[in-house]
Amino acid sequence: MEYLGHVLVLVAIYTVLAASLNVLVGHAGILSVAQAAFYGVGAYASALLAVRLGAPFIVGLLAGMVVAVLVSFVVSLPSLRLHGDYFVIATFGFQMILYSVFNNWMGLTDGPLGIPGIPQPVIFGWRVESHFEFLVLAAVLAAFAYLVVWRITASPFGRVLHAIREDEVFAQALGKNTLRFKVTAFAVSAALAASAGSLYAHYITYIDPTSSTVMESILVLSMVIIGGAGSPWGPLVGAVVLVTLPEALRFVGFPSSVAANLRQIVYGVLLVIMMMFRPRGLVGRYGFGR
Amino acid sequence: MEALRCEGLSKSFDATQALANVSLEFPTSGITAIIGPNGAGKTTLINVLTGFLRPDAGRCFLGRRVITRLAPHRIAQLGVARTFQDLRLIQLVTALDNVLVARPNQRGERLLGALLRLGVAAEEARNRQAAIDLLRFVGLEEKALELAGELSYGEQKLLTLACCLATEARILLLDEPVSGVHPEMASRILGLLRRLRDEGKVIVFIEHDISAVRQVADLVIVMDEGKVIAQGLPRDVLERPEIMEAYLA
Repeated sequence: MEYLGHVLVLVAIYTVLAASLNVLVGHAGILSVAQAAFYGVGAYASALLAVRLGAPFIVGLLAGMVVAVLVSFVVSLPSLRLHGDYFVIATFGFQMILYSVFNNWMGLTDGPLGIPGIPQPVIFGWRVESHFEFLVLAAVLAAFAYLVVWRITASPFGRVLHAIREDEVFAQALGKNTLRFKVTAFAVSAALAASAGSLYAHYITYIDPTSSTVMESILVLSMVIIGGAGSPWGPLVGAVVLVTLPEALRFVGFPSSVAANLRQIVYGVLLVIMMMFRPRGLVGRYGFGR
Repeated sequence: MEALRCEGLSKSFDATQALANVSLEFPTSGITAIIGPNGAGKTTLINVLTGFLRPDAGRCFLGRRVITRLAPHRIAQLGVARTFQDLRLIQLVTALDNVLVARPNQRGERLLGALLRLGVAAEEARNRQAAIDLLRFVGLEEKALELAGELSYGEQKLLTLACCLATEARILLLDEPVSGVHPEMASRILGLLRRLRDEGKVIVFIEHDISAVRQVADLVIVMDEGKVIAQGLPRDVLERPEIMEAYLA
């Protein structure tokens, strides 16, 4: 049961991450490979505040989200003027820079040694300890992320994001400041990703740069695409599929070390198959194959 | 009323001079047609006037205000809307949503407005009614809930006009509003342009169809090789043999 609880907590955390990226990829049509960087910002901000200053979980969570929003402005204001592939390359560069910061700023992050001993969350007297309790907390966070994404995307704000996704020039001609909408969407996406990072840090009680690699960003992007970009249920479906699939591989006789490596191959094969036969994802609305 | 004008506009693409020292002042009322052969610089002129292209030289004004360096959305917000030669719409959403997105200054377009929804529902109801009124005006009321991408070509042209009107812009720059549509649809669109003129909109449109120009234009501007070679009343300009020769060439 503990194992199942752990897998479900990971599903919930990745659902938050995928939902956050869905704002960009699914609704605004902006491809980004920097989600793990914002996840890392949230995880490190929350961990450092908790370990060094003894800040409560909620403070760390909110601080991580605020820092992620500020960092997102630094990235998005210059780079969201770029279009298509150029923006993807810019987010890739940003992802690499932040990974290097996490890995090399020994004074702050302890580099590859990471930060151990992150306390488990205490929320208004409720100490979150067991897998089940973490599952409840992660589910609440996922529900919050879904609520935020739904409120934003099913609104006039979301309508403009969809216009940008379909035809940015058309949106500009109608008087929409598309840069403002894209920067705002990027900030919301970053804040939600940071909240997932914060929860992850307090769940595992240890954080190091390996959680913030470009491979993690590609994993989250795969979840969005396989689940279905632009679809409300796509992030959840993508997270369930891509978290449970490698776990399932263990049960068909592959040792953990092989299963871990096979994971990347499985993601790649799945992406190719989806692009060929179901570009809108499993439950998606917006296709990449158009 | 503020006039749209430009002074000494020049624009080149590599070796091609698309605009060569163009100076124009559009009337503050009525319908102005811009005609000329392919490559005359008509669309480039509209792209520069609406901020989608930066000129190499020259300035654009709206009244006294210099708008040359403004972003396209700012120019649209100042009351200059446009359509495109290649139809631009949000294909995957309904005709109604296309018009709704064009409504200006929506509270729900701000992040806090979208999250908290304070006063957004009432505003959305007003915008929805305004959008339906506009769809009725262009004759698409019954198609309001159909996907824009599934409308006929002519209906999509009508929808782009409705989107333009939804911005509440006073000046409409229309790039070939009747090209490629059935004659019946063309006369319907031209009828709408007349009604809009009568309601006080300033309309500037690019058109190849001379008979359409004769039907609705109050003023004709003729361009060739990036220059304005003539302007005046249609009955004067369109009868000049050298103009028609340049145009047909």
